[in-house]
Amino acid sequence: MEVIELQGPLVRDRVFETLEQLKSVPPAGDVEVDLSEVPRIDSAGVALLSQLARELREQGRQLHLSHPNAAVADTLRLFPSVEPHSVSRPRAGPLETLGNRTLGARSWALFTASIYADTFIFSLKALLHPRRVRWGEVVHQMATIGSQALGVVGLISFLLGATLALQSAAQLRQFGANLYVVDLAAISITREIGPLMAAIIVTGRSGSAICAEIGTMMVTEEIDALRTMGIRPLRYLVVPKFLAITFTQPLLTTFANVFGILGAFVVATTALELAPVPFFMRLEQALLAKDLVTGLIKSVVFSHLLLVIAVATGFSTRGGPDAVGRSTTTSVVAGIVAIIAADALTSLVFYV
Amino acid sequence: MHDGDETTPVIEVCDLVARYGDKTVLSEVNLGVMPGEVRFILGGSGSGKTTLLKNVIGLVPPAEGSVRLLDTDLSKASEGDRDRVLRRIGMLFQGSALLNALTLHENVALPLQECTDLPRSVIDEIVRMKLSLVELEDAGHLLPSEISGGMKKRAGLARAMALDPDILFCDEPGAGLDPTTAASLDRLLKGLVQSFGMALVVVSHELASIERLAERAIMLDRGRVVADGLLSEVKASDHPQVRAFFFGEAGTREPPPSVWEAMAGEVTP
Repeated sequence: MEVIELQGPLVRDRVFETLEQLKSVPPAGDVEVDLSEVPRIDSAGVALLSQLARELREQGRQLHLSHPNAAVADTLRLFPSVEPHSVSRPRAGPLETLGNRTLGARSWALFTASIYADTFIFSLKALLHPRRVRWGEVVHQMATIGSQALGVVGLISFLLGATLALQSAAQLRQFGANLYVVDLAAISITREIGPLMAAIIVTGRSGSAICAEIGTMMVTEEIDALRTMGIRPLRYLVVPKFLAITFTQPLLTTFANVFGILGAFVVATTALELAPVPFFMRLEQALLAKDLVTGLIKSVVFSHLLLVIAVATGFSTRGGPDAVGRSTTTSVVAGIVAIIAADALTSLVFYV
Repeated sequence: MHDGDETTPVIEVCDLVARYGDKTVLSEVNLGVMPGEVRFILGGSGSGKTTLLKNVIGLVPPAEGSVRLLDTDLSKASEGDRDRVLRRIGMLFQGSALLNALTLHENVALPLQECTDLPRSVIDEIVRMKLSLVELEDAGHLLPSEISGGMKKRAGLARAMALDPDILFCDEPGAGLDPTTAASLDRLLKGLVQSFGMALVVVSHELASIERLAERAIMLDRGRVVADGLLSEVKASDHPQVRAFFFGEAGTREPPPSVWEAMAGEVTP
């Protein structure tokens, strides 16, 4: 039997020296490793020996350890011997992933629909018993979801209205149809841009916040606590937001419409050299009640969509704080996609 | 405080099975708790204690078997009955689960506001009493983020006690508390049980707390009941997990051979 005498401590910092020393292991026969010159050993050292022993065992050979001092022997007795087995998590194949995602999307959609139905019914009931409604909370939510968004909604609508007027004017001027910039701005802003931008901004501002709030409450068991108190989380947390957003979103959209048209007005009267009076006379003809009402109905639909998606995603949060972040991202992305898809659909319905 | 006679159990769990996905967490658990009883649910980490608690209070519907809480099967009851039962229990969560957006006063007032028709002034008076009971009378205006872990537990207890429950559930009341605070929380719980006559169900693995409070105990190991009865009876059990839990004896698990033992051949130390 070949004897290898290891020299010096068998520790993490000296792994490469030790591997160098172990290169002298002969190609055949049992091996004895003499540890008498090893003053101490740590887990890296034990791992090296354990690995060597296994390699030899697989070749039908044996490793003997000899003459360890008391401390080294204790360390060797402390660590359990292990067998190599896979530590990677089982991965689903592409087909299984597709199936899982489809089923996940289906159950998420059903869950979202059931949340919407419950919220709607709870809100109707609440309105029938107005004394049970937490009006203070409703007003607070109106301020957070609605009035605090006024600045950004106004700014973005103004800029979009101005850009729209500027871009279309270049085309219209070729036909000497400058004045029609008013029609174009009025219709596209009241029917599409106003409701859409207001809803997208509220999704980013409040949808994300609502999802994070509920997601955090899921993670910290606050939702469970409400349930065990016999308080329905939907009624307590979501109904005030639902009532608030149903009221504020049309207002916010109207505000967006006004600022969008104002943007178009500023561009029309400066860059396009339209006089203010013809602008407003044209606007009076171009603005139809039907377009305004269509836009406002859409805004309510969008607000319910974004709210219920944020709420459902929040309630689906499981795990730790990182899950809240992922939920929030999902809720904003899904909210915006749903709003634009619904916009396409409703435009089609109202157009036909 | 509790209606009905003293011989009907307030909690009756029959052959309860609980699963997460395809993993069985509880198998055929039976549990009965009488009015006014102090019952501990014992077991190591991952033995299914918290899952049992969640099944009992109806947060999770049972996969199999039945759970009756105050003579009502929550998974089958109408929403109204469910709410009525839930308003007769209190729950102290492990992390307190106070609503972070509300002050302590508002937290304790919450169940009173949502579940009763009491006038505002009476609610405020009750809240001040409950907060004073847990020695937090000066902290009503603070938010949960502004107070210590022990104060959160006490505020959580005040909220759980807001509706004078027939059963109080506590999930690891001593977890994360220093021994002195944990002991004073136990004294408080004991005082509450003695003066209100409510049943107390505590999930715990803290020996000191068990010795101070427990009358009866049920011990779980890997989702099965391994001992059930008076604390003295449970401690007298010769089940290896019970011995390991109370007396630190080695469990049933054989340790794998050490690296030393695995190096075959004669070893000359």
